[in-house]
Amino acid sequence: MVAILAWRNIWRNPRRTIVILLAVIIGVWSMIFLGALMRGMETEMVRNSISTLTGSIQIHHREYRNDPVVENCMDGIDKLNQALSTSLDPGILWAKRVRVNAIASNARHTGGVTLVGIEPEKEAKISFIGKAMISGRYLTTEDKNKIIVGRAFLKKFNTKINNKLILMSQDTQKEIASKAFRIVGVFSAESEAVEKQFIFIPLLQAAKMLKMGDSISEVSIMLSRLDITGKKETLAAKRLTAAIADDTYRVETWQQLLPMMKAYLEMSGFFLYIWYFVVFVAMGFGIVNTSLMAIFERMREFGLMKALGMRPFQIIKGVVTETFFLLVIGILAGNILGFLSVAAISKNGIDLSALAAGAQMWGIPRKLYPEIWAQDVAVAGLVVLALGLLVSLYPAFKAARFTPTQAMRKN
Amino acid sequence: MAIVETKNIKKTYRQGKVNVPALCGVDLIVDKGEFVALAGPSGSGKTTLLNIIGGLDLPDSGSVMVDNNKFADMNQADLASLRLHKIGFVFQAFNLIPVLSAIENVEYVMLLQGVPQTERHDRAKAILDDVGLEDKYDRRPAELSGGQQQRVAVARAIVSGPAIVLADEPTANLDSKTGEGLLLMMKKMNKEKKVTFIFSTHDNMVMEYAGRLVTIRDGRIVNDETK
Ligand SMILES: Nc1ncnc2c1ncn2[C@@H]1O[C@H](COP(=O)(O)OP(=O)(O)OP(=O)(O)O)[C@@H](O)[C@H]1O
Ligand SMILES: [Mg+2]
Repeated sequence: MVAILAWRNIWRNPRRTIVILLAVIIGVWSMIFLGALMRGMETEMVRNSISTLTGSIQIHHREYRNDPVVENCMDGIDKLNQALSTSLDPGILWAKRVRVNAIASNARHTGGVTLVGIEPEKEAKISFIGKAMISGRYLTTEDKNKIIVGRAFLKKFNTKINNKLILMSQDTQKEIASKAFRIVGVFSAESEAVEKQFIFIPLLQAAKMLKMGDSISEVSIMLSRLDITGKKETLAAKRLTAAIADDTYRVETWQQLLPMMKAYLEMSGFFLYIWYFVVFVAMGFGIVNTSLMAIFERMREFGLMKALGMRPFQIIKGVVTETFFLLVIGILAGNILGFLSVAAISKNGIDLSALAAGAQMWGIPRKLYPEIWAQDVAVAGLVVLALGLLVSLYPAFKAARFTPTQAMRKN
Repeated sequence: MAIVETKNIKKTYRQGKVNVPALCGVDLIVDKGEFVALAGPSGSGKTTLLNIIGGLDLPDSGSVMVDNNKFADMNQADLASLRLHKIGFVFQAFNLIPVLSAIENVEYVMLLQGVPQTERHDRAKAILDDVGLEDKYDRRPAELSGGQQQRVAVARAIVSGPAIVLADEPTANLDSKTGEGLLLMMKKMNKEKKVTFIFSTHDNMVMEYAGRLVTIRDGRIVNDETK
């Protein structure tokens, strides 16, 4: 009967109830929708970063990340292959790379680059390069003196496909190795910095030029699905470390490889919850205001109830129950609206390329697919429900304070 | 046996800087089963007295006892519990919770008293039948006439057999015929169920029905006659 009474009371003034409901619905919807946009953005940023040669997990020589020179390479290839194929789930792909700093030059220009020796077929499956060719052709394993470069690099070096490029770097004998390559293809990337920095040749050619034999600089591993919380990656990295059982190698996940990204993700999660709170504060004022209004209109009734012997606590319970119904309806409807609007745009994504051109240094992706996280939905719902009930205590206490005689003199 | 006993009740209201004496020493003893009318001109203190007997207001001095409960020994929660279990109220207007139907209004106090659901329902039906509303169970107050609303209020007041029913001008908003009907019905409940009634009124016709007429003037009992 408390529930019946509360339910009927909220529909006594349908217009006011609908106004509160709208406030809750819009609030919850904005929490879910903006949360989904933000999570989509995060995922896309992580996806971009890890596909720009990072991968889910990498294996390096212990010293390589401090000092990425050719001497800090890994030579136990058989052992690595063994560990990779036994400890990773099927479907997980990896590729080996040689990665050193080099100097590129042609007749007009000289500049520092990162020379990446790749296994062309495997690499195409685990990093952005597989889908990034915009002109010319991609590399093959057998290519001898062929090279692919980024679009921005081409412009900076004022060169074009089929032109020559000289690469220089220190080899394992501490000699300067230098070799001429012919540009066969051009790739594009999310950012110009990437296009300028990386140039690709086949792994075999890199090893030969730098006198590395079988050694490599890194193994990059791509899990079949990105886990933005990094749990899956951490687990796989642990198993891999155990399988390799050699502390000259270091296995690291993208979270360890991209500490800034990790910090950014943590911060943006925190900001999302601040946003939730801000939305709630606006909504909370609306709830308090309207329910105070409703309560002053009904003060004779509260006086009557107290005269009949109702305890203040029971009156508080009644008012809070009314708010509870409003909040639950509002949260449900807000969720439905949030899910629907996210579903509607996640089909085609939101095109941010106009924005991304100006802001690529921030890593803003060109296309955004909103993503709803169960955790965010739960937090949004709980925040609204818990804080909503909490603020409704204020009008509830007011209602409970009317004394019967006060109220009856309003007759 | 006294069911209500007040001794030398005094009550002064403060209105701004002026003191308004409302009751100036009222001694009243009402026995079980009485049907008492409080009469007196407007402002004489009838409502104040009823409110004090009902525990809605506290006197400045003097003592009140209802059904052997001394108000002086009780806190707000005890008073609320006493009102719930021992006292039925009928007010001049606005007696019913607007969103509840007639039968739900009657059931509601029993819910607060902790009466089980089926018993609640049966008793509410029976009492509404007694007050002649057998075909109006599910009407909301707004869909009932003033007289019918007051009958629901009386039904609610007596449904759980209180020690007394306090009614402050229960007929004031009704035409004389409807008022008479309500009074006859209250009288019937008084006779059949031995419910003690104390009600205030301005109306000479209403006073005719009283078994005892207590007249108040300027906060004092000036006449007390049993017929
Ligand atoms: N809350 C209050 N504040 C100030 N004065 C009050 C208050 N309630 C009652 N009074 C005063 O106390 C006196 C008695 O009032 P009371 O309401 O008891 O009279 P009454 O006999 O019920 O009158 P009526 O027949 O008009 O209802 C009056 O002078 C009234 O103005
Ligand atoms: Mg009065």
